[in-house]
Amino acid sequence: MSAVATSAMKKLINDPGDVVKESLAGLGAAHPDLVRIDLDNQLVLRKDAPVAGKVGLVSGGGSGHEPLHGGFVGLGMLDAACPGEVFTSPVPDQMLAATKAVDGGAGVLHIVKNYTGDVMNFKLAAELAEDEGVQVESVLTNDDVAVEDSLYTAGRRGVGVTVLVEKIAGARAEAGGSLAEVAAVARKVNERGRSFGVALTSCATPAAGSPTFEIGADEMEFGVGIHGEPGRRREKVRPAAEIVAEMTEAIVGDLDPAPGTPLLAFVNGLGGTPLIELYVVYNELTRQLADRGLEATRSLVGNYITSLEMAGVSITLLALDDELTALWDAPVHTPGLRWGV
Amino acid sequence: MEVEAVVDASTVRRWLEEAAASVREQRDYLTQLDAAIGDADHGANMDRGFTAVVEKLSTTEDSPPGKLLTTAGSTLVSTVGGASGPLWGTALRRAGRSLGEAESFEGPELVAAFEAALSGVVELGAAQEGDKTMVDALAPAVRALREGLAGGASLGAAVTAARSAAEEGMRATVPLQASKGRASYLGERSIGHQDPGATSTALLFGALERAVIEQ
Repeated sequence: MSAVATSAMKKLINDPGDVVKESLAGLGAAHPDLVRIDLDNQLVLRKDAPVAGKVGLVSGGGSGHEPLHGGFVGLGMLDAACPGEVFTSPVPDQMLAATKAVDGGAGVLHIVKNYTGDVMNFKLAAELAEDEGVQVESVLTNDDVAVEDSLYTAGRRGVGVTVLVEKIAGARAEAGGSLAEVAAVARKVNERGRSFGVALTSCATPAAGSPTFEIGADEMEFGVGIHGEPGRRREKVRPAAEIVAEMTEAIVGDLDPAPGTPLLAFVNGLGGTPLIELYVVYNELTRQLADRGLEATRSLVGNYITSLEMAGVSITLLALDDELTALWDAPVHTPGLRWGV
Repeated sequence: MEVEAVVDASTVRRWLEEAAASVREQRDYLTQLDAAIGDADHGANMDRGFTAVVEKLSTTEDSPPGKLLTTAGSTLVSTVGGASGPLWGTALRRAGRSLGEAESFEGPELVAAFEAALSGVVELGAAQEGDKTMVDALAPAVRALREGLAGGASLGAAVTAARSAAEEGMRATVPLQASKGRASYLGERSIGHQDPGATSTALLFGALERAVIEQ
């Protein structure tokens, strides 16, 4: 082993047990025009929820992925987010409270990332909500091509495409779509989106205080998710061009878009990588796409679905069409995404 | 024939208290195991859940053992999150429902309760033995309990056999490749690590053994 000490990570927190609630209180204090916080149920609610006649969108999952999901509550996106403890699925009680709080009479869509815990807790919550007379549809995101989708895994993880599903389905709901229509477009985005992530460092959960895994100064994890977990394999860090080429090949090979298909290219920082590097990645990505006769007609670059302070990047490609492009361009006003308003 | 030990509300309370103490003591160990192949939250989650269970039961009036277990299960579902909350919550709720309103019960009812718990976990998690999950400890433990009692062992001896089978199942997860849960994302890299869920399951059987034998 190297002489590098296993470092406790420095964090701007008080008690590790209070991080989630204090962060939510801060989100509410910073954006009182957009959201309100229900600290008892640990929820982020759209300020004017429930919106009468509009399909309500609820998502949630472990904390530590900010701005996902609480930062995407507001006009044209989510009506509620239920944050769990760091990297831990929220509990059904939260999801039920959120579902009832945003039901404007048109039903509620649950957007669920494909992780064992999230799926189970949302399933229990949907059953409870239906017992109370709220119509619920659930959409699963599972876009991570680093995970083999087979009998031998829990299926692909839900990662970057979740942000795009929340934006696009949110726009469809804002435009008056029915529950079936909003669910259909959410599934369409998931089916047409693929992601791949790499990490240069681990992250430390506030409860653990030390990095989830040790990694050498010249090493990277290839094929990571968003929970500080190791990836599919470890290798030496290489130039961005080579890394992005391999990531693009994995995504495009699986998505298999026809040449000329317009793409939304989403380069996402995992929390500890500066924008200057994310744009280097974006630049390489456009070259890789051009080599394949593809072009990004829409882009999103920044930290949107993170893994605490992990350094790394994920790339998500979404095969657009006119409907998805129009919904992507529709106005959105949330703490984490804003345009057209 | 010797007087067979019975299980009653005080045994169940003691089990859950022993479980909470054991999970608290092993919290960092469970989290370390989870950090290797999962997301480093298993110790904290189980500790939060069982602490809440003990708190809840301390304010629960005298209730039959089945009711205590369903209350404990609901508390886990409401406080843990992750996968372990719904899984252990469902397990305890199913066990509680299986016991019904009886004030006390003996071996066969305990076997039926654990079989109900196991089938609840398998239904919800869709995991089978060999998938490198809690089922790898739970299923052999339930089998050992059933076979021990069927073979004429005392309740205490059968519970000891169940604890031992759970630990053996737990150790047997080390060479397995995970095919359910978060560890499955690692593919072959999950090999060589002990499953945290199987480990906490073995801890709960250790707690059960102490609760039954020390009564």
